[in-house]
Amino acid sequence: MDFSNFLILRDELFLTIVILFLFLFDLCAPGKARKALPPLACLLLLAQVVFCCLPQEAGTAFGGMYFTSPFTSAVKAIMGTGTLLVFLFARKWLDSDHEIAKGEFYYLMLNTLLGMHFMVSSGHFLMFFIGFELASIPLACMVAYDKKSEISAEAGAKFILNAAFAGGISLFGISLLYGGCGTLYFEDLPRTLSGTPLQIAGLVFFATGLFFKMSLVPYHSWTADVYQGAPTHVSAYLSVVSKTAAAVSLFLIFVKVFGLMAESWRPVLYVLTILSITIANLFAIRQKDIKRFLAYSSISQAGYVILGVVAATPYGQTGVLYYLLVYMFANLAAFGIAALVEHHGGGTRISAYDGLYKTNPKLAVLMMFALFSLAGIPPFAGFFSKFFIFAAAAQQGFYVLVFIALLNTIVSLYYYLLVVKAMFINPNEHPLPAFKSDAGSRIAMTVCLAGILLGGIVSATYNFISTL
Amino acid sequence: MEPVVSMEFYLIVSSIMFFAGLYGFITRKSLIATLISIELVLTSTDINFAVFNRFLYPGRLEGMFFTLFSIGVSAAETAVAIAIIINIYRNIKNVETRNLEKLKE
Repeated sequence: MDFSNFLILRDELFLTIVILFLFLFDLCAPGKARKALPPLACLLLLAQVVFCCLPQEAGTAFGGMYFTSPFTSAVKAIMGTGTLLVFLFARKWLDSDHEIAKGEFYYLMLNTLLGMHFMVSSGHFLMFFIGFELASIPLACMVAYDKKSEISAEAGAKFILNAAFAGGISLFGISLLYGGCGTLYFEDLPRTLSGTPLQIAGLVFFATGLFFKMSLVPYHSWTADVYQGAPTHVSAYLSVVSKTAAAVSLFLIFVKVFGLMAESWRPVLYVLTILSITIANLFAIRQKDIKRFLAYSSISQAGYVILGVVAATPYGQTGVLYYLLVYMFANLAAFGIAALVEHHGGGTRISAYDGLYKTNPKLAVLMMFALFSLAGIPPFAGFFSKFFIFAAAAQQGFYVLVFIALLNTIVSLYYYLLVVKAMFINPNEHPLPAFKSDAGSRIAMTVCLAGILLGGIVSATYNFISTL
Repeated sequence: MEPVVSMEFYLIVSSIMFFAGLYGFITRKSLIATLISIELVLTSTDINFAVFNRFLYPGRLEGMFFTLFSIGVSAAETAVAIAIIINIYRNIKNVETRNLEKLKE
């Protein structure tokens, strides 16, 4: 038997080895050596990201069940980078609050990353479904990670029940597609699609799972609760890495597999985009809790990403990936600072940020940059990512949609500026005392800052993504 | 051998199960009952796969394999969900949905 086919799965194999190694290390290493686990996990993940970046030919394995291309490798590298940043932010918190159970944090997180790798690389619905569930089941454990905390348990229950429900409906959709098409290979499906009612019903049910994972309105009701209850680093992971995987597989499946049925799904996405951006923006304005605030902001950002899927062109594909990359740096920085403030006694209320600039000027400035990038103000990277995704949609003639999205950008600027105003202008007798953040967070914040400042101006980033 | 019962009847059963699960998920007041409703949804899809495979595409096994995998995955999902529900019970001493109200604005 020829095993050379397995080499096409190099990213997944490497990640599996990392997971197994960390698991055995955590299990068998003596007490002192276990202290080396966090740096070891970060280093191995860094090696994995570098490994993903090595050039690789496009290819398929297992009769078309699995495929890889430079594009999927780039997505995997981006998701790996996001996870690495979350690990760096989370180190101090794990050391101080979760001394015993910190190994689980790393390998459960990497397990969900493995599931997301399979999601973006799947060439068959079975592969996609297994990746999808592998990405959501360990994530539920992560959401309920704070065993003693009531809100963490509540968030975990809300997440697993909603995820299982969305997964079940998605699976029902796949079964209808199987009945209507007779095959579930992505390569063979387009030939059997004829737009029969059974196939359309299957597509609608199937899409539920992806919309849920991307937390688009009206599938968003779990988002704010889960983000608020989960440990802040897990919320950051949920809002960035999990969303990246869902958005990319949404694009690949809708455009590459169901491209012929575009008349059926385009109006649906059109409405979902408008709903997500508008409703999430309106809800974000009245939030008093920074984690809920960032949750609603991430719902509206997901709406912008869908613009690229509506366009359904190579230009849109580049726009989606570039948007996700830029969004990752800005959102991780915002969540990282929220976690730092929370763990230094500030809590999660937005009022805790009053006067932050006076005591912790560097943090306040970075937070401002991150929020400006999310709002899309030049010269930060967020402006360029919004510009390219709007351009991709406008090129296909969706002027009304782009206009509504533009109007919403202004609304979003208002609520992002509310936080900036709290940090710089609001008077506060007892602002949060000055603190020194730990080394891991400092490295992660530097990387995020570089991403926010350089991601847009250095045009090589966009050019590179457009060649994939 | 030609099956005696035609395909539609199986599909009627699975659809009823699916929508009963949907209804139960929205209306049940206990987390365990909600979980059972989700299981109904998942099981109805298993029936669908097996039936489509048997009647429309005999000779291939894609649907049957999907059923096997989906049973395995739903078992894993249930295990994690029950673990989380037990954790909730330890924290607030019951598993009623209406008592999960800490997280709201």
